[in-house]
Amino acid sequence: MRYLPLTPADRATMLARIGVDNIDALFCDVPADALQSGPIAGLPAHASEMAVERHMGRLAGENLSAGAAPFFLGAGAYKHHIPASVDHLIQRGEFLTAYTPYQPEIAQGTLQVLFEFQTQVARLLGTDIANASLYDGSTACWEAIAMAHRVTKRKKSILTGGLHPHYVATAQTMARFTDDVLVAQAPVLSADAEDAAIIAAIDGETSAVVVQYPDILGRIPDLAAISAAAQAHGALLIAVVTEPVALGLLEAPGALGADIVVGEGQSLGVGLQFGGPYLGLFGCREKFLRQIPGRLCGETLDAEGRRSFVLTLSTREQHIRREKATSNICTNSGLCALAFSIHMSLLGGAGLERLARVNHGKAQALSQAVAQVPGVTVLNDAYFNEFTVILPKDAREVVDALAAKDILGGVPLGRLYSEKPELANGLLLTATECTSDEDIAALVAALKEVL
Amino acid sequence: MNAPNASGWRPEMGEAGAVLPATVSGDHGLNLEEKLIFELAAPGTYGVDFDDADVAPAPALGKFLRKAAPALPGLTEPEVVRHYTRLSRQNYAIDLGPFPLGSCTMKHNPRLNEKVARMAGFADVHPLQPTQTVQGALKVITQLADWLMALTGMPAVAMTPKAGAHGELCGLLCIRAALTAHGEERPVVLVPESAHGTNPATAAFAGFRVENIPATEDGRVDVAALTARLGPDIAGVMITNPNTCGLFERDLKTISDAVHAAGGYVYCDGANFNAIVGKVRPGDLGIDAMHINLHKTFSTPHGGGGPGSGPVVLSAALAPFAPLPFATLDADGIAHLVEEGDAHDHGHPNSFGRMTAFHGQMGMFTRALTYILSHGADGLRQVSEDAVLNANYILRELEDVLDAPFAAYGPCMHEALFSDNGMAEGFSTLDLAKGLIDEGFHPMTVYFPLVVHGAMLVEPTETESKAGTDRLIASMRSLAERGRAGDVTLKSAPHYTPRRRVDETLAARKPKLVWKD
Repeated sequence: MRYLPLTPADRATMLARIGVDNIDALFCDVPADALQSGPIAGLPAHASEMAVERHMGRLAGENLSAGAAPFFLGAGAYKHHIPASVDHLIQRGEFLTAYTPYQPEIAQGTLQVLFEFQTQVARLLGTDIANASLYDGSTACWEAIAMAHRVTKRKKSILTGGLHPHYVATAQTMARFTDDVLVAQAPVLSADAEDAAIIAAIDGETSAVVVQYPDILGRIPDLAAISAAAQAHGALLIAVVTEPVALGLLEAPGALGADIVVGEGQSLGVGLQFGGPYLGLFGCREKFLRQIPGRLCGETLDAEGRRSFVLTLSTREQHIRREKATSNICTNSGLCALAFSIHMSLLGGAGLERLARVNHGKAQALSQAVAQVPGVTVLNDAYFNEFTVILPKDAREVVDALAAKDILGGVPLGRLYSEKPELANGLLLTATECTSDEDIAALVAALKEVL
Repeated sequence: MNAPNASGWRPEMGEAGAVLPATVSGDHGLNLEEKLIFELAAPGTYGVDFDDADVAPAPALGKFLRKAAPALPGLTEPEVVRHYTRLSRQNYAIDLGPFPLGSCTMKHNPRLNEKVARMAGFADVHPLQPTQTVQGALKVITQLADWLMALTGMPAVAMTPKAGAHGELCGLLCIRAALTAHGEERPVVLVPESAHGTNPATAAFAGFRVENIPATEDGRVDVAALTARLGPDIAGVMITNPNTCGLFERDLKTISDAVHAAGGYVYCDGANFNAIVGKVRPGDLGIDAMHINLHKTFSTPHGGGGPGSGPVVLSAALAPFAPLPFATLDADGIAHLVEEGDAHDHGHPNSFGRMTAFHGQMGMFTRALTYILSHGADGLRQVSEDAVLNANYILRELEDVLDAPFAAYGPCMHEALFSDNGMAEGFSTLDLAKGLIDEGFHPMTVYFPLVVHGAMLVEPTETESKAGTDRLIASMRSLAERGRAGDVTLKSAPHYTPRRRVDETLAARKPKLVWKD
């Protein structure tokens, strides 16, 4: 077996040194009737690298990949071009095969990356500080709600209608088991973000109002107005960014008054990967420092007075604080944070702005093209790279018909809101820098056929 | 031994032999210092080219536009490649040598896994594509699920949890949901004092109160104390097996039976599954739920702190409450993704809900399945046997110089536990760990589990050769002897690293988490 270096002779020598006759003597604490011997029923034996690659390659071949088709999906996961150097660098063994940097003297590489990542994230989100990553945007969103609860000592949070339904569901799952009270607003198919309804819902018992920016339908809420309303009631504004590229063009949520900003970092460096692993971004005001979930990397000095980095404030964390920890999170998304950070370093602020303008330009072109298709209505006026169209029939059927033509034609709202038939004709369409004019033409032609 | 060079200087003379010349750059040969990216980059630069003409934003976006581009540094590709490559050299990693961190299972990460995970059919598919366009991806999930159920002897598995602690949460939420479904209020979860910190943190996060259960002299859960505490307020227990002392919990079946008789559930922390994969099916020991860290037992890379993946196998009693979504294969071989809209139709109406957006850590599933298929059932059993063999070999080789508190009670499993008893006055585990860094190894897990004074938990894993393990043993033996003798040079270790001991107190007292110009 190619991954197991011990030889039969090694094993015999080592057993003799230990003083036992056979390997099962080392499993003597296992009850005899629970110790497996002989082949395991139904499971194959080991296989060569070539055989395994062939098997997995066949499975990969059963999928229509985004790059192999006109592709218009978004809804919290976006296809962007990832520079080749990103994937090369994250595969360096020193990054790929390192552990969480508990021994700072031999982990300055990872630690400096995390410090740079935290700074990049804080600047992108417009927050004072940021952590070293959480699992993904949806779990980061729940962590933000839980943190707001600790900060405000209030239980009620408002999940606004434009919040990704998976994020809503994730928070609702957790709140079933805590004393948090979540008020989930129903999404409304309207051209403008539901700012007035959001502001009207905030009251003196509200811990936090959770607002996605841009929202699930691609609309852009007025964070400044919502922030002012939240502040007036002593509530916190949690802004959720599922498409960080948008922040190349749109004002940073922190700059508009958001107290906590969480995000899904997948767009930069990470890739689609059928939904995971992704990257939870978490930034907030400095005064919440001791309530932050997850790992934090801080600057310090070594014994010779040189600038160094180290995981810090671990007294918030589970391995020290156990049942009183601010979160149970341990392993997070370190390598995805590295990929994000490398991609962000290649872009810089100027490149991110340029990338955002390209994305927005492609979305404008897509919007104008599909608006010409009979029966298609573009819902929103303001959007970044994703918007909603209303079709004359259930968008799930349309997407299936498009898939039969090898076109991946967006995310039908019925997929996300199975219990809301009034949204079933809605379709989310996304364009990024990867979207070509030919892709748009193919979608338009196919839509004309299937509608 | 290196030959003297013309000046007479030899590497082993070190700093004591001569005053080494300072350098203008701050680098020292291949020991490279690297500035922060914020100190390297010029404003307005970037390392990406764009094909498309710049288009003005739509007027509707006007009031939302930012006033200035984000204040983020940008570099060209050669500069970026160099920055991160230079930083990488300041890391220790499995690829450089043994990484015997107890309970972390830092085994070799096969590169075939990386190649497979990057196949476009896995890496470049969107989670919300129509399921008829992602049949292969869904089959990866069902095939991996089948293996995990077979290896654990459990009838169900929840694949979406994103890491071990998230898996623990999944298991405890299943228990909460089961209790609620049965109309029961059981507010307390029992956790052995030797447990990972995530166990009590997760129980609290899931809304339970935590009570500790003591350990016995031989490093196991105190069965008498545990059973005495069982009653109508106990939701269940969280037990790690093999436990954090590296020992098999012999009485787990007895414990499970007692907990079940008292109306509770048994959560097993599967962080140490590598010791028993292919040898013992935890399902045979009566457990109700166990997470499996794919980034430990099944070799997906730890990546300097994740991503992980923590599928949870479930008993028939808890399976009805498993989270959504999940993949399933019908009789015709068509894969389905069961989400909120069709859970009822697929006979799963009582799910406790969704734990995350989308369907879990697909990138880890492809790697883990590749690893499992490579080993097969026979290879996986050899994995656990070799992991246990390597650990016991270390235990036997070092027990004369390092206190091994439980060695008298029998063999260990995949990790050997030592204490710092017997070290000279003022010398402790930390000094040995830092000394091990100078020897070119990553230290063992230190000061955990808490039940042993100055604990050192050594987990070599099965991917260490005998020669590699012998080198680790020789270094640890030397360090133990130096610690017993009170060798003061240990107190200042490490000496040969990019940084010396860092001031953790300063970092916490004056937190500086972002760079400011």
